[in-house]
Amino acid sequence: MKNKKNEYGELGILSRKIRLSVLDMIHRTKSPHIGSSLSAVDILVALYFEIMNIDPKGQCGKNKDRFILSKGHACAALYAVMAERGIIDADTINGFARNGGALEQHPNKHHCEGIEVSTGSLGHGLSIGAGMALSGKVDRKAYKVYVLLSDGEMNEGSVWEAVMFAAHQGLDNLIALVDANKIQAMGCTKDIIGLDPISEKWRSFGWHVQDIDGHDFREIINAFKNIMPGKPNAIILNTSKGKGVSFMENNVLWHYRSPDEVEYRDARKELAK
Amino acid sequence: MRSAFFGEIEKIYKRRNDIFVLTADLGYKLFDAIKNASPERFCNIGVAEQNMVGVAAGLALSGKNVYCYTIIPFLVMRAYEQIRVDVDYHNLDVKLVGAGAGFSYGFEGITHLGLEDLGMMRALQNTSVVVPADPLEAACAAKASVNYKGPLYIRLGQTGAPSVHEGPPAFDIGKAMVIKEGKGLAIFCNGSMVYASKLAADMLSKKGISPTIVNMHTLKPLDTDTIGSIAETHGNIFTVEEHNVNGGLGSAIAEVLLEKGYKGRFKRIGIPPKLGYEVGNADHLRQAYGLTPESIFKKISESF
Repeated sequence: MKNKKNEYGELGILSRKIRLSVLDMIHRTKSPHIGSSLSAVDILVALYFEIMNIDPKGQCGKNKDRFILSKGHACAALYAVMAERGIIDADTINGFARNGGALEQHPNKHHCEGIEVSTGSLGHGLSIGAGMALSGKVDRKAYKVYVLLSDGEMNEGSVWEAVMFAAHQGLDNLIALVDANKIQAMGCTKDIIGLDPISEKWRSFGWHVQDIDGHDFREIINAFKNIMPGKPNAIILNTSKGKGVSFMENNVLWHYRSPDEVEYRDARKELAK
Repeated sequence: MRSAFFGEIEKIYKRRNDIFVLTADLGYKLFDAIKNASPERFCNIGVAEQNMVGVAAGLALSGKNVYCYTIIPFLVMRAYEQIRVDVDYHNLDVKLVGAGAGFSYGFEGITHLGLEDLGMMRALQNTSVVVPADPLEAACAAKASVNYKGPLYIRLGQTGAPSVHEGPPAFDIGKAMVIKEGKGLAIFCNGSMVYASKLAADMLSKKGISPTIVNMHTLKPLDTDTIGSIAETHGNIFTVEEHNVNGGLGSAIAEVLLEKGYKGRFKRIGIPPKLGYEVGNADHLRQAYGLTPESIFKKISESF
């Protein structure tokens, strides 16, 4: 993937392609959550193309890494990445949010190979990931468990139950990724339930924490290189909701709205640049 | 009852290394032997029921056979969404073991009573629901649970619950147990109310009424065949349960009877849907809310 000139250029190219595919899926089906999907694209590309040890079918298998999209509403990005990675095919993608189709607007384990956990209700994924990580520890397996949460999701008390548990158990095979796009369903996180300082919260609960630019592949890949053994790791990804489309960025409207024809054309133009 | 259940689990836990036992910080001394046998597979998760059920799902998704324990309202009500999505929807081998059925923890008050759990648990898609009547059945349920596929909710009654059986009964999940064969009148009951119904039946027999008693230890899947054949030969059917009279055993039997076109007399006996503010232990509350053998006897004999 890497070359000297532009170290992570290929990941950037993939990300643009994925964002276009997210835009197409959401526009075609008039689905919500394009903003939440676009903020998560870069971390998903890094995970599926650089970081995770997965087989080509995307099935976790006994020694493969596991991924849980705890912010399940961003699944359009996950599906697009899985399709690009060859885990799901074009037919499956075409069955997104379609009557009788293959994929819902939240990940469903029963619908699709490569989805390991059905999610959609916030605050579940980290506990499930902790259970998988505990199993891996007891069985002395080498796999890692990656869980992608949203910052708004941290409003859920159950997240903190899992945060305490993972630290107490020393689950250093568990990596929490927080897509901190600063916007939740009804507005800015800072206006609804103040989360700051996010990193210090996780750190004080016993996690090793890195706070990075969630759209900069150099920082993302470095963060994975700097995972600390002995305790669970959290990477706080500072992102923009709607990343890549100027008029969607940092605007809560795009938690809900799907682009009309004009917006779709404009967004495509920006993403194709 | 919980000692009988986890006594059996302890034996199996020592033999099989796929079994995990989790508690949300309840069961003082209950798990000492399990913990000592293999501390890696036992975990006191802390006072965090939602996390316990989520962790159980993660373990089960990794091939483990998991038991979760705490008292009923904290397990079922607090963690219901985790049960519904993480365990039930994924159809995982997780056993949810709740203690304190009905009024068991009487003096502890409303927060500790198990009043609505059966209605909630039987509404799920994949979860089976078992309500042992006494410690011997709890031990049978423990044995049967280990190789049971999919989620299982086991509702345990009070510590020191009296024994219905003299020796280990023939116990199959999903198969109703006829405790006593009678005539004309059948009582379907579960949990603590099996023993109470037996005593009520003794009183009824003095009035020349000989009820059939059916122990419905499995609420789901419900043994509709047995219900159907009892309905054909009995013109009077009563249900008795230590649960909100709405949503539990009585409701489940009523659904079956109505759909089978039952023409006889039918009455549910259970905890009233709205409680007063009575203070008392389990026996006192059963008396206050009409679940003693005497009040069961009275309600049934008044119907004749």
